[in-house]
Amino acid sequence: MSEGTQAINGADPLPFVKKKSALSGRLYSLGVLISLLLLCCVMAVLSSRFLTVDNLMNVASQAAVSAIVSIGMFLAILTAGIDLSVGSILALSTMCMGVVCVNWGWNPYLSIAVCLGMGALLGLVNGLMLTKLHLPHPFISTLGMQKMARGIALVITAAAPISMFPKQVQFLGNNSVGRVPVSFILVAVLYILMFLFLNRTTVGRYIYSVGGNKEASRLSGIKVDNILNLVYTISGFTAALAGLVLAGRVNAVYPLAGIDYETDAIAAVIIGGASFFGGVGTIGNTIIGVLLIAVLRNGLNLLNVDSAYQTFAIGAVIIVAVYVDVIRQKVLKSGK
Amino acid sequence: MSNDENLLLKLDGVTKRFPGVLALNAVSLEVRAGEVHGITGENGAGKSTLIKILTGAHSCDTGQIVFAGQQLKSLTPRKSMQLGIACIYQELNLIPHLSVVENIFLGREVRAIKGLCVLDRKGMLEQATKLLDNLGLHISATARTGSLGIGHQQMVEICRAVIANAKLIIMDEPTSSLSEKEAEDLFRIIHRVKAQGVTVLFISHRLAEVKQNCDRVTVMRDGQTVAQVDMAETSVDQLIKLMVGRDIKNKYPKEAAAQGDEVLSVSGLNRKGVLRDINFTLRAGEVLGFAGLVGSGRTETMRAITGADRKDSGQIQVFGKDVAIRTPRDSIDAGIAFLTEDRKEQGLVLIQSVAFNSTIVKLEQHARFGILKLKEITRVAERLARELQLRTPGIESPVGKLSGGNQQKVVIAKWLLSKARIFIFDEPTRGIDVGAKVEVYKLINALVAGGAGVIIVCSEMDEVMGMADRILVMHEGQITGELSGADATQEKIMYAASGMFLDGTPGAGQAAQGGELAQV
Repeated sequence: MSEGTQAINGADPLPFVKKKSALSGRLYSLGVLISLLLLCCVMAVLSSRFLTVDNLMNVASQAAVSAIVSIGMFLAILTAGIDLSVGSILALSTMCMGVVCVNWGWNPYLSIAVCLGMGALLGLVNGLMLTKLHLPHPFISTLGMQKMARGIALVITAAAPISMFPKQVQFLGNNSVGRVPVSFILVAVLYILMFLFLNRTTVGRYIYSVGGNKEASRLSGIKVDNILNLVYTISGFTAALAGLVLAGRVNAVYPLAGIDYETDAIAAVIIGGASFFGGVGTIGNTIIGVLLIAVLRNGLNLLNVDSAYQTFAIGAVIIVAVYVDVIRQKVLKSGK
Repeated sequence: MSNDENLLLKLDGVTKRFPGVLALNAVSLEVRAGEVHGITGENGAGKSTLIKILTGAHSCDTGQIVFAGQQLKSLTPRKSMQLGIACIYQELNLIPHLSVVENIFLGREVRAIKGLCVLDRKGMLEQATKLLDNLGLHISATARTGSLGIGHQQMVEICRAVIANAKLIIMDEPTSSLSEKEAEDLFRIIHRVKAQGVTVLFISHRLAEVKQNCDRVTVMRDGQTVAQVDMAETSVDQLIKLMVGRDIKNKYPKEAAAQGDEVLSVSGLNRKGVLRDINFTLRAGEVLGFAGLVGSGRTETMRAITGADRKDSGQIQVFGKDVAIRTPRDSIDAGIAFLTEDRKEQGLVLIQSVAFNSTIVKLEQHARFGILKLKEITRVAERLARELQLRTPGIESPVGKLSGGNQQKVVIAKWLLSKARIFIFDEPTRGIDVGAKVEVYKLINALVAGGAGVIIVCSEMDEVMGMADRILVMHEGQITGELSGADATQEKIMYAASGMFLDGTPGAGQAAQGGELAQV
């Protein structure tokens, strides 16, 4: 271009150097994966029942609900937000399904549509509270939604559960193909789809962009509000879908379902390396986070550890994960 | 040896290595007590790392630091403060809700009775007022700091350093966000502080300022100190030569392009309290400069045109057709690119890659049915990186790791790919080094040669006079003057920028209004 630029740039216009950040990102996911494998080894040593096909399938089907909820949570955190209402949306959506399906005798497929539609709608409301009412942070709006949705879920049947669902409704949660639970296949399909969506589509890239820098995204012509609405709608939808799986597995819906699910989902996403500041994280790591928590819970169950200690352990794991993230950020920064 | 006694700070062979980068390579620096010492160099030359060594944010691998006769292997932030080193960063460290006096004494409040936490408010106020007077600052000590302009806030920081008995005040690009007037005030303060015996280490890209205000200058290049010169005996051109290691024959390599049809016409643009009746046109092949003081409404005009902010009224025609622009998307679709002044906050997603950032505008052109063509994206990004001579480890590396000049190139890349025909550059060369500036100017030449219309908003008068075919001057949300590039002088621009209308401005109504304004 000019003698000036060449002196600055050196002979090679694109000197490829070591890709440090990409490497450290991979190191982190490798670290989480290794932790998961280590945990599995420890559990296998401590309990002979751990490494049986039955138990692993059990882990898989138990992890399924959390895994599906975590998809939406991942998107919310990716856009520097959070969705505290997933557990309540799960409860309200499935309660609606219970009412129309069992009490009113609607067609099972239509009832499933009601469940998923209700989840998406509630999620959209979360999004609109953020983008139209301009509430300061989704922490507030989804906390409000958490309480409102739970309240309505309790009111609908005066807190009574509904059971005896037709087999179509139970299919996702209760059936297996051979020994592989349908819910496990569903999770695999959903994560693959979400991976492709986030990495291979324009909208997926917009989500990362909005998460990384909202204002720059807006000025680049991205309709930020639409993206955020979509993210929270998906989060509501996946919560309802998780509810459908749960309803199928226990053949019942109950208004107190899904309590604390947001905690597990947030933990899984954070353990998976997503950043609360937005724009950072991969869906593949989220599933590792989900599995880590599931194995931990399952293992502690097998060892007959009191559930109070389990709760403690999950809390400790979250803090360790976040701390590892802090250290990682420091290493990245100091390397600059 | 006699010289050594005068030295406040001496660095000897200071080396700092980061993984893969030798940031400082045996740097030596000698700062005499009581001087204003400039440090200049291109981005990536190692100036920031050097500051961080001095403030204790980084420790050096090898080398020695001597400060006021004390030999030190390395500094910690605490040690640095105790020694009397204060640093004023580009981002100010003030608490906007507190008053000026509270900020000045932040962390070193005077207690009424020793050992008790009762504050001596009256004493502090007196001391602060006295200091403000001494420095010739017309700032009330009780004013809320956030209500002050950025220039005054900076001066509050200087007061804080003085109160802390700083022996050495480091200023990192202090004028980058100041108007010329504010910058002049700052230099006045610097000289007053200097008169009180404080040494100032002044880091700047703006060589004219360095020339005017520094006693001696150390020039850095590629992590090394290449020269230490007396400013009285050195010209700006010589400084540039030292910085880049070569002559830059022409700071503003302006090439006039053939002007074509009108590509953009703005009429009656208003925004209550911000913009008043903005009218102008832009032709293909033209570089239109917007001059004016910081806060005169230049950026606001561009934001209103491109839909970044709402406007109350105003018509915008692109290629002779009315377009309704309500959002940035509308403006992009109309063929307008807006390159914001703040790259980090408004231009780039720093954690994402060069490829990601350069293709994010109109991403759909690299996709079919919403599915990305990843190979095409890589190809396009690599091509642009080559064409723009981007200095990056690779197109997958995050843009946050690049230098200012290279970040600006990524911003340019992304708007080149948007297929815009009208380019609005807000402070196109802010915070980037001399060499990269010339590259940006050449790109602007290439754009107009290709028939695009270009608007540049610049606070540096040199730059706008050097690059624009025509200059519009703004003052308090109005256009107060129009000059052809050939006619423009600093005086004429300053005249219009301070609210006086120039003769021969288009629109008699505007001139009349200006008369009133000038009287007010």
